[in-house]
Amino acid sequence: MTQESWMEGTLAAPLLGAVLALIAGRSAASAIGILTALVGSAASIGLAFAVSRGGSFRYAVGGWGAPLGIDLRVDALAAVMLAMTGVVGLCISVYAVGYFRGKEAEAASSRTNTGPAWLFWPMWLMLWGGMNALYLSGDLFNIYVALEVVGISGIGLIALAGGSAIAAALRYLLLGLAGSLLYIVGVELLYAGYATLDLEQLRQRIDAQPSTWLAAALMTAGLLAKSALFPLHFWLPPAHGHALAPVSAALSALVVKTGFYLLVRLWLDVFAALGTEHVTTFLGALGAAAVLWGGVQALQQERLKMMVAYSTVAQIGYLFMLFPLASMSGSLTGALLLAVSHAMSKAALFMCAGSVLAVYGHDRIQSLQGFGALMPMTAAAFALSSISLIGLPPSGGFAGKWMLLSAALAGGAWWWAAIIVLGGLLTAAYLLRVLAFAFLEPVVASSTRAPRAMELTSLILAGMAIAMNFALLPLHDLLHAGGAR
Amino acid sequence: MTPPIIYASAGAAVLCLGLFGFLAARHVLRRILALNVMGSGVFMMLVALAARTDPPDPIPHALVLTGIVVAVCVTALALALLTRMCRDEGSALLPEDRDIE
Repeated sequence: MTQESWMEGTLAAPLLGAVLALIAGRSAASAIGILTALVGSAASIGLAFAVSRGGSFRYAVGGWGAPLGIDLRVDALAAVMLAMTGVVGLCISVYAVGYFRGKEAEAASSRTNTGPAWLFWPMWLMLWGGMNALYLSGDLFNIYVALEVVGISGIGLIALAGGSAIAAALRYLLLGLAGSLLYIVGVELLYAGYATLDLEQLRQRIDAQPSTWLAAALMTAGLLAKSALFPLHFWLPPAHGHALAPVSAALSALVVKTGFYLLVRLWLDVFAALGTEHVTTFLGALGAAAVLWGGVQALQQERLKMMVAYSTVAQIGYLFMLFPLASMSGSLTGALLLAVSHAMSKAALFMCAGSVLAVYGHDRIQSLQGFGALMPMTAAAFALSSISLIGLPPSGGFAGKWMLLSAALAGGAWWWAAIIVLGGLLTAAYLLRVLAFAFLEPVVASSTRAPRAMELTSLILAGMAIAMNFALLPLHDLLHAGGAR
Repeated sequence: MTPPIIYASAGAAVLCLGLFGFLAARHVLRRILALNVMGSGVFMMLVALAARTDPPDPIPHALVLTGIVVAVCVTALALALLTRMCRDEGSALLPEDRDIE
């Protein structure tokens, strides 16, 4: 297989699967979904290997080439994000099969209608395809289209839960749409100034004009709203907290990373020639505020899913602390490792919350006594993902935070280091609070069991978050071999 | 003042008007309309951008077409969600705005 065919597979498999699942309807949607997930994740992992061997490459779709055509391109940064999406996406798909089977059984016994749950599959595959398209895009307008595909399918997925999720989906839509309009105005100003939409050409031509700064500010504001960085995070907890468990996992683990990825792409690469020190400090300060605010809010939540959602607000903040530290060696590796292990552990945590909800019928933290005895696999998954999120060794979260911490200390920026440590303590406080209930005596003997597929996938993902500890060196080599910048 | 500049400034004014409406309105239908006004401003600016050269630059035209398709889809989705929320909860305001009524 050539490099290009891995790229075609990564892009085409989920999009094709989404259409097929929609046509196939209720009976075959989940089978098509699993098959597509297998093919799509295999293609994205193959692509990551191709990049690690052959370095970054471009693909002129239809043979047109930039500036008239729309080029796809992949480098090490994109390859890491694609592989992350592939692995976590496959696990979410397996979990979803168990989840919806459980829901159907429950609905059949109580004779209620679950609604069109099979619509999860076309929308989830479309979301996956949109994220892959975004990571493969080498051009500002294609990124806009991919952002909209991700947004629309994500909103549809949230609305699947019905009830109070509808208002949450609507709020997300309004903010997301305003964000993409701001982004597109920025794109327009850049095109007016430099007559190109291609990221590579833009990077070579860019200079510090007032209109360029305005464009950069508008695009950044739009993307910050989409990536839910403090203080634009308010839409995230209700949307992620009220969605169905596999949807929450996909949104919190994967979708929030898209905005972060684009800002890294823009500020550390395309706009780097503008002299961006105060911007990166500003982004880092927002990140630090998010770490503290999200942590404090998570500590006060009474529902497990809301707590996990606020934890996402805090963890996004960690990623943004990359920006002020970007000139230090190892910081990009650290932040990416943190992003990947967060994707795994956060998906696992939302899966655990879904399994708990299936067994207990609620997710009030105060009434979860003894969930360790009732569902040992879920409790183990919760504990392992907590280790990675808190940043205890050995785990991907530990290695990532360690790299960021040493970058901060090497640069003499002790205040960033202090926030990283403080945020870890907050994370420990809100996660261990829940975990403590696992070891109590069960109050009620529940006869319902969560489907095995659900418990097992959450445990596998949590295990992978731990194993990411040993991915540090390969990741570092990949970023240097594949030319991340 | 050349015509493209006039059109582009008018587009920017429409955009700002829409943004103001989006931030000021509470009723979700008004907010959706405001976003559409913003979108029209963006498209107008793009068309003005294309008209700077003779013959006009085709790329901004292609962007406007794509943008219109996206705007139609998102508006339809927003309206569908709004109708559903109205039917279920009896209000066209987001929960955080309801007690101000």
